[in-house]
Order: sequence, then C-alpha cells, then structure tokens
Amino acid sequence: MQLKNIFKFNGGVHPDENKIASTRLPIAKLAIPKKLVLPLRQHVGHVAKIKVKPGDQVLKGQIIAEADGNISASIHAPTSGKILKISEEILPHPSGLPDFCITIEPDFKDTWIEKKPISWKKIDKAQLIEALSQSGIVGLGGAVFPTHMKLKINQNQSIHTLVINAAECEPFITCDDMLMRERADEIIQGSLIAQSILGAEKCVVGIEDNKIEAYEALKKAAQKTAVEIKVVPTLYPSGDAKRLIYLLMGIEVPKEKRSVDLGIQVFNVATVGAIYRYLELGEPSISRIVTITGAVKTPQNYEVLFGTPLSDLIKAAGGSSNKTKKFIMGGPMMGFDLPSIHVPVTKAMNCVIESSPELFPAPKPVMPCIRCARCADACPVNLQPQELYWFSKSSQLEKAREYNLFDCIECGCCTYVCPSNIPLVQFYRYAKSEIIAQDKSKEAANTARERNEFRLARIEREKKERAERHAQKALGAQDKQAEDEKKSTIAAAMERVKQNQQENIKN
Amino acid sequence: MENRSPYIVNAPSVSVIMLKVLLALIPGIALYVYVFGLGVLINILLASLTVIMTESAILAIRKLPIKPFILDGSGLVTAWLLAISIPSIAPWWIIVLGTLLCIIFGKHLYGGLGYNLFNPAMVGYAILLISFPSIMTHWQIPTNLMVNHMNWLDQIRIIFNSNFFPKETLDAMSSATPLDYIKTQLTLHQPLSTIEQDKIFGFIGGRGLELINLGYLAGGLYLLKEKIISWHLPVAFLFTLFLTSLVFNVAAPDTFASPLFHIMSGGSILCAFFIITDPVSAPTTPKGKIYFGIGIALLVFIIRIFGGYPEGIAFAVLLFNICAPLIDSLTQPRIFGHK
Repeated sequence: MQLKNIFKFNGGVHPDENKIASTRLPIAKLAIPKKLVLPLRQHVGHVAKIKVKPGDQVLKGQIIAEADGNISASIHAPTSGKILKISEEILPHPSGLPDFCITIEPDFKDTWIEKKPISWKKIDKAQLIEALSQSGIVGLGGAVFPTHMKLKINQNQSIHTLVINAAECEPFITCDDMLMRERADEIIQGSLIAQSILGAEKCVVGIEDNKIEAYEALKKAAQKTAVEIKVVPTLYPSGDAKRLIYLLMGIEVPKEKRSVDLGIQVFNVATVGAIYRYLELGEPSISRIVTITGAVKTPQNYEVLFGTPLSDLIKAAGGSSNKTKKFIMGGPMMGFDLPSIHVPVTKAMNCVIESSPELFPAPKPVMPCIRCARCADACPVNLQPQELYWFSKSSQLEKAREYNLFDCIECGCCTYVCPSNIPLVQFYRYAKSEIIAQDKSKEAANTARERNEFRLARIEREKKERAERHAQKALGAQDKQAEDEKKSTIAAAMERVKQNQQENIKN
Repeated sequence: MENRSPYIVNAPSVSVIMLKVLLALIPGIALYVYVFGLGVLINILLASLTVIMTESAILAIRKLPIKPFILDGSGLVTAWLLAISIPSIAPWWIIVLGTLLCIIFGKHLYGGLGYNLFNPAMVGYAILLISFPSIMTHWQIPTNLMVNHMNWLDQIRIIFNSNFFPKETLDAMSSATPLDYIKTQLTLHQPLSTIEQDKIFGFIGGRGLELINLGYLAGGLYLLKEKIISWHLPVAFLFTLFLTSLVFNVAAPDTFASPLFHIMSGGSILCAFFIITDPVSAPTTPKGKIYFGIGIALLVFIIRIFGGYPEGIAFAVLLFNICAPLIDSLTQPRIFGHK
C-alpha cells in the first residue's frame, strides 16, 4: 500500500482508530425481530407515500411506501408479514422527535416477492433511473440522499470521474471495511454499473491506508477492470467528499458548488453495493451493515433489516457492559446521542457505539481561548476557528459570516485539539442557526414591508380612482341636467307646436 | 437532546502548555545562576508569590473560580519572564511592583487570560524601565569578574537592603549591559573594535550573558519540538534581526555590531522564543506571524541603534501587539475551495 499522487489538505486529525475490536468477527446476519418499525422519512427529501394499511399482508421486498416525487425514496418490507399499525414512533435522530412509521409483524417465513433483476445494459437510461427510483437506495455513507437522483445527470453536465468513497475515516466505524473485505466483488461490479450509467471515463476508489485487508480484497476484485484503487492517508476527515476529491485528484470543489458541476460524482461503497444487488439480483434496499461497538461485550458488524429495534442489535452484541445505557449513532467525531435504545435501525445508521466514561469522558471545564491557533492548524477547510469562535460568542454574526462560517463542515477537528476544551462546533452551529433565522426574519420583514407598501399604494390608487369616479359622476349629473332641460324645452316647444296645430285645425 | 460531538479530544491543557514554557526556561535560568549567582532565583520566587497572591485576590474580586485560573500557569509564565528580564540585584520591590503592574494592568484589566491585548510581562517591564531607568540598567557583572567576590548571601542582602553596601562597592559590582556600553561608548567616538575589548564582552555577546542566551535557545528549541510554539515567529524575528544588522555591519563594521552579537545580546533569544510567542497578544495566521516577527525585529534594531534606549524589545513588542488584530485581518489564509 503506497501513497502515490496524493494531494494533502490542510490540517485533519488522527484520533485512536478503535476499529480492530469490531473487525475480529465476520459480518453476522441479525435474526428477524418480532417487530419492524419503518420510518417513512429515512432519506433526504419528500416523505414516502404510504401504500399499505393495517392488516395488509406484505411480502419481503414489497413496496410499502412509495417515493413521492424525484427527491424521495421508497420503503420496502424487509421481510414478509402483516402491517400492524401506522403510528408515530421515536426515531434515531438528534432531535429525538417522533415521526410516522409503519410497523410490520413478521411471519418468519421470509417469503420474497418475485425478484425482478434488471438487464441494465439493455434498457435506456431514463428507464433505468425510473427503475432505480423504486429501489429505495439512498447514500449509505450517512448522507441518505436518494441515489437515483445522483445518477440522473443533466445533458449539460457530463461526468468524467466517479469517485467511490471507501475512506471510512471516523474512528470506531468498520461497516464499510467489513463490507469491502467480504463483498468486494459486489462493490466493484456496482461501481462499474454506476460508472456506465453516469458515462464516466474513470472510476477511482479512495481507501485509507489503515484498511489493508479491504484494500487487498478490492484490488483482487478490480483486477480485470479499469477501476483504480487509490490509497489515501489515515487522516480524519478524509472521507468528507470534498476532502476525498482533493486527496485523489487535487481538485478543490469551490464554495457553493457541487462536485458534479466539475464532472465528479461520489458514491459510498455500500451504496454501489446496493445498486449491484438491486439491478443484478432484484433485491431492493431492505438491510444494511451496522457496526455495533464501544462498551458492548462483543463488538461486531451485523447485516440488519431496516426497522429492527436497536435493542435487538445490542443484545446480539452481548449486551451492554456498563450501566450508562448511552449509545451514540455514527462516529465519535460527528455522531450524536441516541434518544433511546428502542429506536429502529434506519438507512442512515452505519454505526452504534456504546458510550462509557472510559471511552468518552465528560467534557473538562471550559477555559478561555488563548488564541493558540491549534484549531486553525487542524481545520481541513483552512478556516480560522478561533476568530469564528470569538465572533459567534459575542454574537457578531455578520463578522462570522464574513469569516466564512458557512464553509465550516462541523467535522469537530477544532474541538478535538482545543487546549481550553471549548465546544467550538456547538458555537458554530448556534451562530449558523442564528444567521439563518435572522435572514429568514429579514426576508419575512422585507416581504411584509413590500406588501404594506403595495397595500398603501393600492389604497392611494383606489382613493384617486374613487375621486375621479366621483368627479366624473358629478360631471355626468350636470350633463344630464342640461340634457333634461334641453329635452324639456324641446318637449315644451313640441307641445306648443302641437297645440298651435290643433288650434289651427280647430280654426 | 444536545449534540455534543466530538466526544473525543486530544489536546494538552492550558496548564500543560504553560508548564512546558516554564520548563523550557529552566536551562537558561540554571546558567543564569551559574554566571550571576542566586539573585535571580530570589526574584523568581518573589515574582511567583506576588503573582499567586495578586491573581487570587483579583479572581476573588471578579468572582471567578480561583483554582483553575491559578493552575493554568499563565501568571507564572509572566512572572518568570519579568524576573529574568530585570537586573538580578535590583531591590526586592522592583520585581514585586513590576509583577503587580503585569498582572493588574497587563492582564486582568483587559479581562484576564486570553483577553490581554498586550504581552503582560512587557507591560510591566516597560513601566519599570521608564520609571526606574537607573535601577533597570544596573546589571551585576558576572561573579568570576568581580574583584571582591560576592556570595549569595550578599546578593540577598543587596536585594532586600540596597543600602547594605556602600554605593562605591555596589558600583564596582555592576555595570551597563554590552548593548548599553556600546551605545554610550559610540557617542564618545570610540571605534567598535576598541569598545569590544572591554572585559564585559565574551565571544560573541556579553560575557556570561551569551551563555545564558544559549540556555534560552535550548529551551526555545524544546518548545518548537513540543509544538508549543510555531516556527514562524522565532524564525522571522531572528532572521530579520540577523539580516538587518548584517547589512549595517558590512557597511560600517566599526559603528555597527555584528549580526551574531545582536542575536546573542540583550533579550533577542528570549524575545524570539518566549515573548513574541505569547499566543494571546500575537497574530494567529501563519503569514501574520511572519510579518509580526519581521516588524518587531526591525523596530528592535532601530531602537537599539537609533533610539534612546539600549534595548528596544519591550517597546517593539508592545507597539506590534497593537497591530496584531489588524495583521490578522489582513493575512487571512485562503479557504478550501475559495479563489
């Protein structure tokens, strides 16, 4: 494994990897649970439309909620069984708020719906993307953006390079590592499919140099293909898409642009694996690999059906070995505390770490910033976190924006190296939300002002119009009077003429 | 549910950073004792006690927790830097007063740790230098040059009772620093080659002083190795001082001392590694640090050669402390993905 032609970004950190514990055992299949709870919102975009009602029998792989519009993803029954209810349940989300879920009671027969592999080489792209929009596949690296949308490229944007993200830079997480070791062929085949759909000339896999076995497996699987396997240094956050593109290609994706604007598309390894399974085997997205690690007794990777209660996964891993009962979803750098152990496993859940005071000690007391700029040295975006902190803390929000607060990717490197134990990322999140709220209220105020001005103008106009109308009316009335007078004069004259005539006749 | 990620940290605490700075001063201080005797240790002790008592009192008045802010060690760093910058036989109240000035005016009036605009040690030093120029420029001569050997007890007596010895004896025990001596002798139209024949000169700097500076240099390199300070500041400062004095020295060797003399005399080394590297009052951007180092070096040289004081570090540092925020705002690095 040699680091060749790598472009190093500024900063980054290398925390203790803690990956070995969960890679000792192969991926195990978690048994079908007694109950599956499937949130309708497991992806970025519109909530899926419910297609079933309580009491319905469903088969494994059957769509139970359909993608609503383009930016949405379908939800499939992970096993056969009966729809129990549709209700609000607590989700694995930092907010801890409940949302709508479909609950399935499995019949433990695990009967598949008829699998329909797609001969993707033969059908045209529009049809293929239409088919993929039914697959339920979303970005499995954690972003959960509907995958078919990332394959649907405008005519004017041609993709030249497909980057497969195999960096898995966060400590503790090993789901992609194990997937690569055990299913390298699926990943390479999936990558080739994605490359062909995108019409990309090149396909590069970027993998950190701490995953030797996975690298060897990929190398072997990619032997007779044009897929290039490129090693990047083990340096968090190398798995951030923009950082990975820079490491591999030396291209900085500009601010407010996406990599596709530069002809580069990025997929996670598990996502391309899922594309392969859907097109070649006809299996939609109904399960994923989840790392369960940390303070649990036997850390391991499991293939888990979506909707499985997290408590089942914890039980499979030997249960908790300390009493805190605190679980983190994601890695220790960007993850969050789970609101409960009864949340379901979702498409975004790549790793669950049982917290313990030894692994993650309580934060130390915060000291003042001494401007040592270690944070600036560690920032992969090359920001000046100490200045952003100063501005965020003193609510100088315009200054914070000017110092490019919105370029912050919240990777946590600054907090990781701070001698004063300042929770920097929390300050940035606060400042960002404040700025967004201010912008919104400013916009609302502007709209209100415009409306008010329009209203005042309208009232003014109407007044004027009314006045004009009145004037017109008054004028009209005068005319009428004059006319009436004329008419009566004429009538009187006529009368006189008539009288005269009659008198003449009499005479 | 609050999102407190990252859950892991790996950073030396402020206390550890400050402790390492104190540790880095020890070789220089040890050589100081070797050359000049124990007087400096008395000053360090007095300064340390003053800082702890003053800071505790101020923290109590400001209703801040005392323990963490005493243990952060930043006060001790200030105290030690001042104690090794003043003459080792200065009366005891000089260091006590100086330390009070540092901590009250240099640090806590601005808001304490992390908020000081100026380098606290230099605030105290500058006020002392302006207020007590005679005391602040009377340096003890190295003990091995003395006719009547002065033991450590004598030093303590002098520090606590400046009238203990008759003035003549005291004068025989002290002299101007080499920088000061050159300055006054040059006004008497002596060529530099003659001036440097005086017994207070050593190989490249002041006798004994050059040795102490080597000690500080060793400590500075340790700080670089431990990544407590970045290379930008010391390199920019020393390189500029070297280059400027080289130009003048080559042009007129009998009027301008050699570049090595400038680096190994006065507080140059201490300034490069320990004073301008105070993160709070220095710029934070890499480019900014370089400009800061260059600016201070130029100003130090100008004050030494053309100014009214033999040494200009305190004034140069304080003047550039004012510029630090401006330098920062003008030297913002390019952000990933920006033009």
